Amino acid sequence: MLFEQIQSNKRKTIVLLVAFIIFVAIVGAAVGYLLWRSLEFGIIAGIIIAVIYMTIMISNSTSVVMAMNNAHEITSSDQSPELWHTVEDMAMVAQVPMPRVFIIDDQSPNAFATGNNPQKSAVAATTGLLSTMNRSELEGVIGHEISHIRNYDIRISTIALALSAAITFLVNMGSNWWLWGSGDRRDNNREGGGGLQIILIVFSIVIMILAPLAAAAVQMAISRNREYLADASSVALTRNPQGLISALEKLGRARPMKDVDSASAALYISNPLKNKQHLFDTHPPLEERIARLEKM
Amino acid sequence: MTLWIIIAIVVVIAFVWIVTYNGLVTARMRTQEAWSQIDVQLKRRNDLIPNLVNTVKGYAKHESETLEKVTRLRQDVAAAANPQEAMAASNELSGVLSGFFARAEAYPDLKANTNFNKLQEELTNTENKIAYSRQLFNTTTATYNTKLQSFPSNMVAKVHHFQPSEFLQVPEAEKEVPKVEF
Repeated sequence: MLFEQIQSNKRKTIVLLVAFIIFVAIVGAAVGYLLWRSLEFGIIAGIIIAVIYMTIMISNSTSVVMAMNNAHEITSSDQSPELWHTVEDMAMVAQVPMPRVFIIDDQSPNAFATGNNPQKSAVAATTGLLSTMNRSELEGVIGHEISHIRNYDIRISTIALALSAAITFLVNMGSNWWLWGSGDRRDNNREGGGGLQIILIVFSIVIMILAPLAAAAVQMAISRNREYLADASSVALTRNPQGLISALEKLGRARPMKDVDSASAALYISNPLKNKQHLFDTHPPLEERIARLEKM
Repeated sequence: MTLWIIIAIVVVIAFVWIVTYNGLVTARMRTQEAWSQIDVQLKRRNDLIPNLVNTVKGYAKHESETLEKVTRLRQDVAAAANPQEAMAASNELSGVLSGFFARAEAYPDLKANTNFNKLQEELTNTENKIAYSRQLFNTTTATYNTKLQSFPSNMVAKVHHFQPSEFLQVPEAEKEVPKVEF
């Protein structure tokens, strides 16, 4: 059943990618129309920007992400036997290669995984996680992270993030329309402002207003679904829902992390910033995650 | 025309047969791989046990019986002729060890010994790995056995004499919390 879920994840990635690219093209067309009165030019510009963003983000190496989160690598089991052995166990049952292991010096318990494929992945845990969790809770958390790696969740969220960043960039460009639009207004006067043109302008403005919101909401919805899936996969690995449940309860009571890179916040198992919003949450509420686990 | 249709059908059947056969071989190989994972951990634990026995000897006088039992079971695991026998001895050994580690809390000198603490983490790690690799073995066994029973791979399996793989039992003791006596 899990295997089918993973297959469907991979299919969804492709569908998501295509849909998001079409979305970028539509936004590009709207911006292009407003700025240069050219749909085609806007579409091409939009796609070029999206490709640039994706290349930058996918090539953003593990070392860079880890450095941004002040994580240091451990390379042998002696440096942190419990963490190292748990990662080894989970990687073995999940049948993925052993990821690199990092530790973050922070009293708040948390963990995240990164890497665009299982061959180049890494897991990081805070010192707070190691001191507050017992073995079965730690297994639950690490199982969740290893599941992200095996389900290719990091690649999906990276692509979603890149595309929504590209959309934001396009919209920012388009919103300067009033400033740069002088040349176009001369065009308008010459053509006498046809009805179709007005409709296209209004349509473009509406798209520009809604696009960033829609992109962010889709991106966050994807991220939340991935969290549920990773929780379920973790239990499939450890066969022990109670471990993850009590780990999530402990995470819920913890203080926010003191020094966290906000761009990486979505990667962590529980929101490290502890800020409260809903539509744009990257993580489902912990209570809801616990409730779903208790039903398993 | 009919000749071509017959040829096409034969080619398709041969292709499906080859693909199915290869699938069965892969599934069987995965169960063997999973077993070798367990075997590595059993050997590792057997290497750790003499160390444990030597460390504990001086500290816990009342545990001589436990240590003898551990030593005997260790030999049983090493001497086992097949996976089922090895796992039966191993399960008993796991139970004895986890009972011992629970009682070890009552020996402060032993708890203060860094060598003992290191051994305890190593053995806990090995026990966890045995449990997880057994889980992996049973998963791969289930996949393989399903292939042996489902159509059309069951026909290929019968012709080429593929034997089903046996599941490893999860010991009842593992579900119980070890008793702690003071």
